Amino acid sequence: MTIYTAAALKKELMEHLTEPCEREIDLSEVSKMDSAGIQLLIMAKRETTRHKTPLRLIGHSLAVLEIFNTYNMAAYFSDPVSLS
Amino acid sequence: MKFAQAWSLGKQAVSDNEKTENMSVNPNTFVQTYIAEAHALLQEMEGILLKLENDPHDADSIDALFRAAHTIKGSAGMFNLDPIVEFTHIVEDVLVRVRDGNVEIVADLLAVLLDSCDYILHLVEVVAEQGEQLDEVAHAREAGLRKRLQVYRADDHAVEADSQATRDKIASKAVPSAAGKGSEVSSDNWHISLRFGQNILREGLDPLYMIRYLSSLGDIVSITTLPDAMPEAAEMDAEAFYLGFEIDLKSAAKKETIADVFEFVLDGSLIHILPPHSKTTEYVELIRSLPEDEIRVGEILVATGALTRQELQDSLSAQQHSVHSDGSTTLIGEILIEQGSVKQEVLQAALDKQAQAKDRKSNESRFIRVQTDKLDELISLVGELVTAGAGANLLAHRSNNTPLKEATSVMCGLVEEIRDSSLNLRMVQIGETFKHFQRVVRDVGRELGKEIDLIITGGESELDKTLIEKISDPLMHLVRNAIDHGIESAETRKAAGKPAKGTIRFNAYHDSSSIEIEVSDDGAGLNRDRILQKARERGLIPVGVTPSDQEIYNLIFEAGFSTAEVVTNLSGRGVGMDVVSRNIASLRGSVHLDSVPGSGTTVRIRLPLTLAIIDGFRVGVGKSSYVVPLDMVLECIELTEAERQETHERNYLNLRGEVLPYVLLREHFEIEGAGARRENVVVVQYGGQKAGLVVDELMGEFQIVIKPLGKIFSNLRGIDGSTILGSGEVALILDVPSLVQMAIARESQLVSRH
Repeated sequence: MTIYTAAALKKELMEHLTEPCEREIDLSEVSKMDSAGIQLLIMAKRETTRHKTPLRLIGHSLAVLEIFNTYNMAAYFSDPVSLS
Repeated sequence: MKFAQAWSLGKQAVSDNEKTENMSVNPNTFVQTYIAEAHALLQEMEGILLKLENDPHDADSIDALFRAAHTIKGSAGMFNLDPIVEFTHIVEDVLVRVRDGNVEIVADLLAVLLDSCDYILHLVEVVAEQGEQLDEVAHAREAGLRKRLQVYRADDHAVEADSQATRDKIASKAVPSAAGKGSEVSSDNWHISLRFGQNILREGLDPLYMIRYLSSLGDIVSITTLPDAMPEAAEMDAEAFYLGFEIDLKSAAKKETIADVFEFVLDGSLIHILPPHSKTTEYVELIRSLPEDEIRVGEILVATGALTRQELQDSLSAQQHSVHSDGSTTLIGEILIEQGSVKQEVLQAALDKQAQAKDRKSNESRFIRVQTDKLDELISLVGELVTAGAGANLLAHRSNNTPLKEATSVMCGLVEEIRDSSLNLRMVQIGETFKHFQRVVRDVGRELGKEIDLIITGGESELDKTLIEKISDPLMHLVRNAIDHGIESAETRKAAGKPAKGTIRFNAYHDSSSIEIEVSDDGAGLNRDRILQKARERGLIPVGVTPSDQEIYNLIFEAGFSTAEVVTNLSGRGVGMDVVSRNIASLRGSVHLDSVPGSGTTVRIRLPLTLAIIDGFRVGVGKSSYVVPLDMVLECIELTEAERQETHERNYLNLRGEVLPYVLLREHFEIEGAGARRENVVVVQYGGQKAGLVVDELMGEFQIVIKPLGKIFSNLRGIDGSTILGSGEVALILDVPSLVQMAIARESQLVSRH
């Protein structure tokens, strides 16, 4: 999830965000994440909070954890980070 | 974080135990693992410290150094090894300051740290290995080191206490400060407020890396990411940047250094860098200039510890903004949840764990730790297998049963492979041993006031582990000799037109089934005349005889021979070179010495790669069998009766125009009975010299397992060991080097007589 793929990813995300259901995003395959990537997650989180439809992030990969740590954003998403 | 690391180390030890549980449970396994680990880490630290001497700004090395100290301390804590924990903690403290750039790396600091490593090693040996208390000497040593280390952490306690307090600052520092305009805030952290232009990502910059870089300048005490500026999803541009940051940084860096991080950020960004203890008015200005709501920003500053609540209220009220203060209580609640420190710890633990798991996985898949006893047992079993295989092979050949013969020959091929690969298990790169000497060269060089470089090449050459252990001491002698006698003082070197810094080289390479280790220096070389004079004084060489240079140089391997004019505490007492030569001979190796006056000395050590099993060439004399190590056999030729008659007197023959001295094994071993009608000469080579061994019968090559001879036979010349043949007979292994020497000596005697 980087600036190079952000525009396309946003489009894809937007399609899924509007439906009123629970959703999970599996981040285990994310090998790289930059600021554009985390912004997309923030946007998704905010959008779903506004619609009161839960969004869960699961399977945080190392790349995701690192940027969450740098930006101190784990609490913002408030998803349990697995210790496995 | 510290806790997490220690915790996962504990996990590792537990899982190690689980693995061995089925075999044998040794209550000491954990401690043993710790000791092995500590040894490895201390060695690593020593290596890094020596590297830092040349490159004091290598951040990776400093990090690695800190991690090593931290791990030693953390694991020691698990075993309640308090003396190690306490002392290593001090070292770690100093290293933190080094890492954070608060302490410059100077020669003295490195010296203290090296001594500290030595002392920790001592602690590990005494406290962990022997489980004993420290004695007086150790206490005195520790006190001395603590004193020396204290210099580098002198003003550290204040800072340390502060860093611990930072988190609680909101609570603890809620004491009303001298309120009002222009008073200083109590926080001693930098406060950095960042609002980037939306185009920054498109410009190819990512604030992520700036923040990561920032964390290398100091300790990011807190960071708050503000996504407030991000528009509704529909309008949000995935390639624009909307996040803002409020960062508190504890760092000793200068303002310019911090500002440089954001050097390339273009206009349109709001970057505020407030130094520690800035005026509250500056904070007010900051709060007002930021796009977010003033109360929200204010609360963040309080939550992160940049401002105390009192300071915030004072400054905001001073600016007539107290109207908003009623909403603040709810806000701070929200922020505290956002900042939930519990979550942050969980995240940190997860990060550490993942990183460690990754490291460990890659290490685990590459190495396993095996006790040498188990390896030795395997190798001795393989030895038996080789013997048994040879026996089976022999019977098969006698049986005239072709399928059986084929089957045994396939089996023998496999046995050979098993032998090679099991011996390979014990092969260790010699580079590690060489690296030990880096420290010796440095310390001894310093003691003698000589600057010396150690250059290591060929460290990847492999050698049997048992040999490596035994070669270490002789090498140490050689290195000390090179430093003490070889390399001249800087003045002498300059006068001789050589660089002031001396060089010692270590080199190793494989040569057939031997390894050659060279230790050379670019010093003055051996003083040929002086050795000769000494030798004459001691009656080693009769007056009137002038030996060759080579022979003169080899005299220094004689017991008690020293040419040093000054006996230092390092070398010069005349014990040394003879011990070196004897040790190496006992490993079936040899030493050669070359010296060029004025440009240095090279000592070459030749060693077999392994001590256990070799390929042998079996020969027969009379009824006895002998074995020649195959890698020394060059060729076999027939010795005709005519040649024999012709050469009997002079003991050398003409091998295609070359002079080949030979030894009659029948005579040498005083075997009774007349020689066979046809005799053969096995041409052997050792260390560049050839000789012939005259035998009755050539019986072919096969693998032999070397069995050492008892002490009674240690004076036998020309015999090196024994082996049991497949048939159950015993064959003696010929000591080719000494036979070659003998043949050559006899030849030169004969030549000089004629």
